[in-house]
Amino acid sequence: MQTILAITLMNFRSIGNRIGTSMVIVVGIACVVGVLIGMLSMSKGFEKTLKGTGTDDRALLLSAGVLSELSSGIGPDTLPLVRSLPGIKRDAAGQPLASGEIMVITELKKGAGPRPASVNVALRGVEPAGLAMRPEVKLVEGRLFQSGLNELIAGRQATQQFEGVAVGNQLHFRGSTWTVVGIFDSAGDAHESELWTDANTARNAFGRTGASSMLVQLESAASLQTLKDAVTADPRFRLDVTTERAYFTSQTQNFTRQIGILTTVVAVLMAFGAVFGALNTMYSAVATRRVEIATLRAIGFGGLPVVVSVLAEAVVLAVAGGALGAAASYLLVNGMTVSTLGQNFTQVAFSFAVTPDLLVRGMTWSVAIGFIGGLFPAVRAARLPIVEALRAA
Amino acid sequence: MKFFGLVWAMLWRSRARTWLTLASLVTAFLLLGLIQAANSLFSGEQINLSAPILITQARVSFTSPLPMRLLPQVEAVPGVASVSHSQFFGGIYQDDPRNFFPQFAVNPERWVRTFPECVLPPDQEQAWRTTRTGAIIGPQLAQRFGWKVGDKVPLKSQIWPLKDGSRAWTFDIVGIFGSKVADSCARVGNMYLNYAYFDEARQFGNGGAGIIVVRIANPDDAEAVGRTIDAMFENSADETKTQTEKDFSLNFVRQLGNLKLILYSILGAVFFAILMLTGNTMLQAVQDRIPELAVLKTIGFTDAHVLGLVLSEALFLCVLGGLTGMLLSVATMSALANAPGIAFPPINANLQVWLFALGAMLLLSLAVGVWPALRAWRLSIVDALAGR
Amino acid sequence: MTALVSLKGVSKTYTRGKQAVPVLEKLDLDIAKGDFLALMGPSGSGKTTLLNLIGGLDRPTAGSVTVDNARIDQMSGGQLAQWRSRHVGFVFQFYNLLPVLTAEKNVELPLLLTSLNKAQRQKHVETALEIVGLRDRAKHKPSELSGGQAQRVAIARALVADPTLLVCDEPTGDLDRKTADEILNLLQVLNKQHGKTIIMVTHDQKAADFATHELHLDKGVLVEQSAA
Repeated sequence: MQTILAITLMNFRSIGNRIGTSMVIVVGIACVVGVLIGMLSMSKGFEKTLKGTGTDDRALLLSAGVLSELSSGIGPDTLPLVRSLPGIKRDAAGQPLASGEIMVITELKKGAGPRPASVNVALRGVEPAGLAMRPEVKLVEGRLFQSGLNELIAGRQATQQFEGVAVGNQLHFRGSTWTVVGIFDSAGDAHESELWTDANTARNAFGRTGASSMLVQLESAASLQTLKDAVTADPRFRLDVTTERAYFTSQTQNFTRQIGILTTVVAVLMAFGAVFGALNTMYSAVATRRVEIATLRAIGFGGLPVVVSVLAEAVVLAVAGGALGAAASYLLVNGMTVSTLGQNFTQVAFSFAVTPDLLVRGMTWSVAIGFIGGLFPAVRAARLPIVEALRAA
Repeated sequence: MKFFGLVWAMLWRSRARTWLTLASLVTAFLLLGLIQAANSLFSGEQINLSAPILITQARVSFTSPLPMRLLPQVEAVPGVASVSHSQFFGGIYQDDPRNFFPQFAVNPERWVRTFPECVLPPDQEQAWRTTRTGAIIGPQLAQRFGWKVGDKVPLKSQIWPLKDGSRAWTFDIVGIFGSKVADSCARVGNMYLNYAYFDEARQFGNGGAGIIVVRIANPDDAEAVGRTIDAMFENSADETKTQTEKDFSLNFVRQLGNLKLILYSILGAVFFAILMLTGNTMLQAVQDRIPELAVLKTIGFTDAHVLGLVLSEALFLCVLGGLTGMLLSVATMSALANAPGIAFPPINANLQVWLFALGAMLLLSLAVGVWPALRAWRLSIVDALAGR
Repeated sequence: MTALVSLKGVSKTYTRGKQAVPVLEKLDLDIAKGDFLALMGPSGSGKTTLLNLIGGLDRPTAGSVTVDNARIDQMSGGQLAQWRSRHVGFVFQFYNLLPVLTAEKNVELPLLLTSLNKAQRQKHVETALEIVGLRDRAKHKPSELSGGQAQRVAIARALVADPTLLVCDEPTGDLDRKTADEILNLLQVLNKQHGKTIIMVTHDQKAADFATHELHLDKGVLVEQSAA
């Protein structure tokens, strides 16, 4: 054990001679790990935003079989019936905490410059209960919209991602004009990419009846089942009931899958490239140390110390690279906000999230690459015919 | 050139090293090719859609159907050759979202008129028109699921429930259309349903045409006709936005976000890494061969000769690895396009991509070769022979 | 008869860092055409340096070096390279063959610098290999040749462009007695039958006995000249 340590340390001390070569491993793996973590942090961030939307004690009712609120519709006759279903909590005045919400697609511009893209942004018409039920929604600027007027409040991300969204500004879409009267925060979830107004105002402005969906506060987590049973039992309803959080979580699928494919392809290829590079470099390193290694073995040191020392060098360099890449990724990308298409074909803004588990994953990759890249050269070094190596001196 | 043999032999001085470096280069350029393909896909270059087609959608969102009564008005616009309409069906096949493919409810007769580049045998066209539940599919779709004429395809529409509330629709394949001229029909992965049946059977939205598809007589009129159409409906309840089909698709893609930035960042990182690796390899290679290069100089090879030999070696290495990687990426793309079960559009690596890759190879050769080449140029025969 | 090679007042000093190390001091030397000269001396005496100057691998710090009426001490690096390709053939102690090339490709190397076409080059290579008796090993790589065979290939390479001079630095230093004698015999044949002028550095007296002239160098100064 002591010999192994001694040889390994000796090896590290001589790295100075091979600094150029060693840098190749460090930088190469830094690039691989950096890119990987960067890409994974994109899906992490998207997931975080959506999975962080909604709670488990609120339920969302949509028409049966739809994938998103946009395609859902609850008729005006059905609405009052849904409100009186069992399992829904009531407020102090005995009124059900239920908000029939209307989803309207609007169009805003994204990106400054000569050709900004026209993007679709969700306008959500909420009932007063909808605000009461969502304590995470807080007004941070301006005031709430007044019913009867074309006023709306905008989520914080909406103000940052889209053009012209600021308190006092007017937005024009679908033939009507609206005034932004306030900005709200919603703990960084998907609602921050939306515009909110009063449900009745929306109905009148766009000639709609009924609602797209209904959000209800459950009496307790267990009431979900009660609600579901009541809905199933009644033939008048064809509705799906899920917790609000479950609904938003399911919205992440497409994007995460697509990014997942891209990430996998890039990651696999880059990892291969990194392994080839590491092998190449370590073979070189071993070659430059050939005489030294042969001398050690001629003196009587066994193969194991040699293997360990070479392997250790490769792994340490790889880990250094991994740490460098992870740090770079974190500094460059963490917190960067972008927006993309959500399931509703409307924009969802999210931030890249370089989480600790991603960093761990990146480091694991680098250890693996370093290990593979060092193993073959290490074994080779240990088995080199001594005489041949010494003769080359 | 007579020095080719020498450069080639020198390249293989250390077999393991050369193979590994080539492997890294191939990997890097394979990645380059794939990323370029993805990039061209997302920047709309791959959209093989001809200018004569315009899409008229509801101004705010293409998800809002336009009413049927707009059709004759659009038809009357000068420059319009024929008008069709299309409603996205949004069906899932066998409950698996991975089986996704686009389905559109269209009017058969209008469809045939508007897309003459997509050919349907007359008997199949007849069958489509007369069969209520009839649907036609493109050849790529037929290949993907192994469908033939006569097969029944059950689809669950995420958007449109039937009058009884269920979402389970069933359609009969009555025809498979093809391209008039190779690849002229870009809709090979789609299914087209009979609109009349669809409109009658659906629970709501009846009378909604979806988007309006306009074929213009002269591609140059695209902008003018588009503006005329939109002007017609301005300030009405059905404001429209008309753009070429290409722009329509592009706008959709642009909403996905700034993918170009991401893709190019990846590329940048990859190339930086490969530059370091190959550069180091070349340096090592030259370092090991100092005595041999010295011998060449004693024989009478000038400093310039030796510099040239090293640069050539770097060039061979990068071009060999690069071309192999690019060819592999092309092969991968075509394999993916033909793979059953995956909806992948055929992406052709165009001239621009190849030029970019070749440029990258040349630049790389120069970057990795210049330092070792100078080393070789500068080496002193006497010192090298003496082992210093 | 004017000498083929003529050195007059040649000095060579190396600068190692701040120190100037004189190796040769005001040396005069004449070598006639057709000579087979053995240069001997202890290590550090400067014989390799002298060889390098005669072979045009290095330039003197002072003095003149004339080979076949050309002042090679006044040539630029590029001119020297060209001069070497036409006038000098080198043979080294460790053969210095390119391990990646076959014997015949190694021999062909100097001809790549000429304007001969492929067929012509091939003919010269075959002739050279014939002279050293290795036609049958033409397609072998250096790793597949014995020490003696490799040295023969090196000699063939040195000959192939029909140079004025053959310059050999310890050509038998790495060979056993028997093989060394074969090589030295070959050199003698080249000298006597083909009229090649050969300058050979050696520390082996037995090798020097094969030469026609012998020179001793000690601390950069010629000590004794003797005819064998």
